[in-house]
Amino acid sequence: MLRTLKYQREADPEWARQVSERPGCEGLFSCLQCGACSGSCPLSIYMDLTPRRVIALVREGFRRDALSSMTIWLCASCYSCAANCPRQIHVTDLMYSLKREAIRSRLYPPRLPAPILAQEFYAMVRKHGRNSEFWLVLRMALRSNPLLLLTMLRNGWDLVRTGRLSLRRERIHGTSELVALSGAGPRPGRAEA
Amino acid sequence: MKPYGYFPGCSLRGTGAGYEYSLLALFRVLDLPVEEIQDWNCCGATSYMSIDEESAFVLSARNLALAQKAGCKDLLAPCSACYLVLRKTQDYVARYPKIGSHVQESLRAAGLPPLNGVRVRHPLEVLYSDVGLERIRSRVVRPWRGGRVACYYGCQLVRPYDEVDRAHNPTRMDELLAAIGAPTVDYPLKTLCCGGALTGTMHPIGVRMNYILLKEAVRKGAQAVVTVCPLCQYNLDAHQAEIRRKTGTTIDMPVFFFTQLLGWALGADPESLGLKRAISGRKSIAQWFAKESAEADAYV
Ligand code: SF4
Ligand code: SF4
Repeated sequence: MLRTLKYQREADPEWARQVSERPGCEGLFSCLQCGACSGSCPLSIYMDLTPRRVIALVREGFRRDALSSMTIWLCASCYSCAANCPRQIHVTDLMYSLKREAIRSRLYPPRLPAPILAQEFYAMVRKHGRNSEFWLVLRMALRSNPLLLLTMLRNGWDLVRTGRLSLRRERIHGTSELVALSGAGPRPGRAEA
Repeated sequence: MKPYGYFPGCSLRGTGAGYEYSLLALFRVLDLPVEEIQDWNCCGATSYMSIDEESAFVLSARNLALAQKAGCKDLLAPCSACYLVLRKTQDYVARYPKIGSHVQESLRAAGLPPLNGVRVRHPLEVLYSDVGLERIRSRVVRPWRGGRVACYYGCQLVRPYDEVDRAHNPTRMDELLAAIGAPTVDYPLKTLCCGGALTGTMHPIGVRMNYILLKEAVRKGAQAVVTVCPLCQYNLDAHQAEIRRKTGTTIDMPVFFFTQLLGWALGADPESLGLKRAISGRKSIAQWFAKESAEADAYV
């Protein structure tokens, strides 16, 4: 793996401090670098940076490296790291928080499906209150890589055959309630903007 | 008896329909009343949380508030992701004043009651604690005659909250299935992640995760995998043909919801268990769930 030298002047300790104030990330600076998170992470072998290394970068304040790593998009939110951390650091919450910031700062490869799925899901549920699996996957594929549709076609047929694919667009009655709910309080997420 | 509030979640209305059918059928034969929460919304799953944390908690809190409004004490959430999100919402609302006040304020603005402790429960734990192994055993009318099964718990149901079962070595599904006479194998990967949404976003890696789980189940002598989550079931069931093509293995085994096996054993109508929705291992399913072979063809 390519290693690049890091210089302290590229680090932003203030950012690290802010991250450590987000829910679940309080233990950031007490991390032992023991690697229990990486060792128990089922996806770490596919990651460019293991969870332990992401934490090391974050707490030094190497914002861009942490946010543009593929690790956060490979994280499946399985909570294995959080359950195994001897310092009770919620590594999963940290990953979520990095995902949010990476999306907001557009620090992800433009056609990467994972952040696109998250955005489409968010838009759909915010508007209709429910997620319609078929339409969600379709929108994700169209925005990321339409060729995905070809590989999905085979599995899609199995779903049709067994009556598991619904083309219905699900929505709740109380969509106005959703608007009222999201209108309250300050604009969410500003702490990470 | 007060009905259990029921929060199906989006998957049980789509790819996981077999879970909903078998769950409701099972609760019916056990005389446990269930009442769906009116106009529930999506729990937010992992994606909503990846965009906006505060509104993710508000979104999921609406369901808890609706359950309270309906007078529920217990809220059933059969999908592991829904269970976790609802549970996490309660936990974070209580633990972080900032999240708490934002959620309560939002609920008030929408005319909903403030959160005050509905119990979020998963059917696995309800069957284990409220019904109990003894009662399940005594109600068996069709002892299991199918193959050996690997009980697969997945991730979000047992972590980070260990209220449904122990986080590192859950056994309650094994115990429930043993009570209906199903032989279970030791399955060390029982809490390894199935890949979740990665089968959609990074397909080759997601399918590899599915393959690891299936291969290990076979190696331990299992002839079927039993799950407690619609996403786990979907991932392990729907990708077997692709896994056969890619790896040259011959894996073709049923992936059940635990409610299908329990429902069958306790005498629910086989038609009501959603077995027709299975993609893989249909031959085994036809054999195992048949009284006579003619009947087998009818529901697989
Ligand atoms: S398990 Fe916890 S303490 Fe150990 S490296 Fe990971 S985050 Fe740090
Ligand atoms: S939650 Fe993410 S980082 Fe943690 S173990 Fe699971 S996949 Fe790895």
